[in-house]
Amino acid sequence: MAQRKERIDRGIKVRSDDVFVLTSWREMLYLAAPRVVPVVALFVLGLVAGPYWERVLISTCMFALLAISWDLLNSAGMVSLGQALFFGVGAYIAGTLNHYLGLPPGLTIPIATLGGGVLCTVALLPVLRLRGIYFAMVTLILPMMIERVIEATKIFGGTEGISGLSTLGSNNLEFWLAAVAVFVALFGFRRMMGTDYGLLLKGISDNDRAVMSAGMNIYHYKAQALFMSSAVGAFAGAFMTHAYQFVGMPVFALDYSMIPIASVAVGGMGTLAGPMLGSFILVPLSELLRGLGGLRVVIYAVILVVFTVGLPEGIFHYLSRKYNQFERWVGVER
Amino acid sequence: MLEGTLIYGFINSVILMLVALGFSVTFGISGVANFAYGALYIMTGYLSWLGLHSLGLPYWVAAPLAVVVTGAVAAMIYWFILLRVRGLVVSEVIATFGVGLAILELFRSLGFIGFEYTLPPIIDASVMIGDTYVDAQRLCIVATGILLAAFLWFFTHYTKTGLAFRGIAQDERTALTLGINGDKVAALSVAFGAGYGALAALVILPLGTIAVNEGYNVLVNALAVCIVGGLGSTVGIIVASFLIGFAQILTSTYLETSWMMIVSLVAILAILVIKPSGLFGHQKQLEERI
Repeated sequence: MAQRKERIDRGIKVRSDDVFVLTSWREMLYLAAPRVVPVVALFVLGLVAGPYWERVLISTCMFALLAISWDLLNSAGMVSLGQALFFGVGAYIAGTLNHYLGLPPGLTIPIATLGGGVLCTVALLPVLRLRGIYFAMVTLILPMMIERVIEATKIFGGTEGISGLSTLGSNNLEFWLAAVAVFVALFGFRRMMGTDYGLLLKGISDNDRAVMSAGMNIYHYKAQALFMSSAVGAFAGAFMTHAYQFVGMPVFALDYSMIPIASVAVGGMGTLAGPMLGSFILVPLSELLRGLGGLRVVIYAVILVVFTVGLPEGIFHYLSRKYNQFERWVGVER
Repeated sequence: MLEGTLIYGFINSVILMLVALGFSVTFGISGVANFAYGALYIMTGYLSWLGLHSLGLPYWVAAPLAVVVTGAVAAMIYWFILLRVRGLVVSEVIATFGVGLAILELFRSLGFIGFEYTLPPIIDASVMIGDTYVDAQRLCIVATGILLAAFLWFFTHYTKTGLAFRGIAQDERTALTLGINGDKVAALSVAFGAGYGALAALVILPLGTIAVNEGYNVLVNALAVCIVGGLGSTVGIIVASFLIGFAQILTSTYLETSWMMIVSLVAILAILVIKPSGLFGHQKQLEERI
């Protein structure tokens, strides 16, 4: 007998996207598990990891934040090739405030987060009207240019950078803060994208003309999305500055633009959870490949191309489909 | 002083034009923004260096071979990668950028850094123009620039392939009904653009060393010229390269050499604020861009 594969959404998935009538522990577990398991897993990992891998987890969390901010920006129709801009601006604000004014990290990180968000938004305001590759071109160029300016003017320590900044405290504390920050950003932005406001942002990315026709000022909303995204990026930069106790020109390096995009490509676009999953795969992987030196970037680039071309939906979409749907073979009548 | 500035400004403008032509040809025809352009440019340099020093080929074999290989690599990038994501702008940009990054960083990790990676100049001499010494290589660049620009014009106006290029550029669907194979033409245009970049690399790279970072600079310069001039407009590219070229030389004369790259950014930002479609951009591009 001929057969075909049938795919059905789980009943609970169909209902629970909007209507919450949970009638059993099983249903509640079904919904809660995908949220709770990663959170618990990360904190347990942090407890069992040694000092070295704890540092790796911290930087993984920061790359996850950058990837989330990339995805948020992309959800509003702005493709960035320069997350390093946000990262670097945040890092430099925190570094200089700490070095020259002697502010403690408890102050510099919030100031860098907000200030970096404002600065990057203002810097990109003139090009907010652009979209697609034009916006990408400008964001690609900006971090490179800032690198050159710092090199030419020798401000903020020039090519040497500033070292000997104050730390956040112990490794453990840094890890807990980083993990909390990632989950706040992840769940906060996911909730936001589910509201009407998030729908508006997605609308801008899908068809900005239609959103304009509906009487919305899309530049207003684009600027808001830009601010949120750059603030998250700047937070990651400020945090890393204090974790490494160093700020210098490498914060504008291509790594900080490339790895988030690679994470998004691996994890899957538009879900915010996908990018995080992607960076939790890629960053530890790159730690394992540390012996390869410069070849790591090549491997990243190849992974990026392979996933963009071969598996554009990414891992997260695949996993969530497998989780939310039944698949079974059914007979076909001739 | 002024005369020297003018002459070197002119030469720098031609260099920019050469660099931007290849990028613009590809984008203007197939609509693919080839972010691997800088990498292909530098790859030509390394390939001809390898041909000269590792294989021991004479210059007139190694250089054309490098151009052909670069063109073939570009065509392969289109055929195996871009063809699958054509029309998805984000994927196009990320894929080409990833390929470029892979090529450049591969050279870097293989140890292609240092001052020994130089190409021989085509003519090793210098000429006196007025009171200024100009080496023959720079005059060679000017000649190549004029030749390539003229060839592009003749090619797109008087050959079948060139007309097919323009057909695809203007309206792909109509071109398809006339029996033009869109994918083949687009692949050809990517290879053609890379070939232009490769020729530019052969004449420009002897001025300095072949360095991986130059690949990123070339991409930025090409983007700057194309954005300021209006993407896809050859006249715009020539005008924009002269504007930026002279501005760069003036900055390096009166300020510092390290400020030269800043000029490109200022030019881009200024033009995007004032006239986003570029100096000679068309209405259609304006619509796509904003």
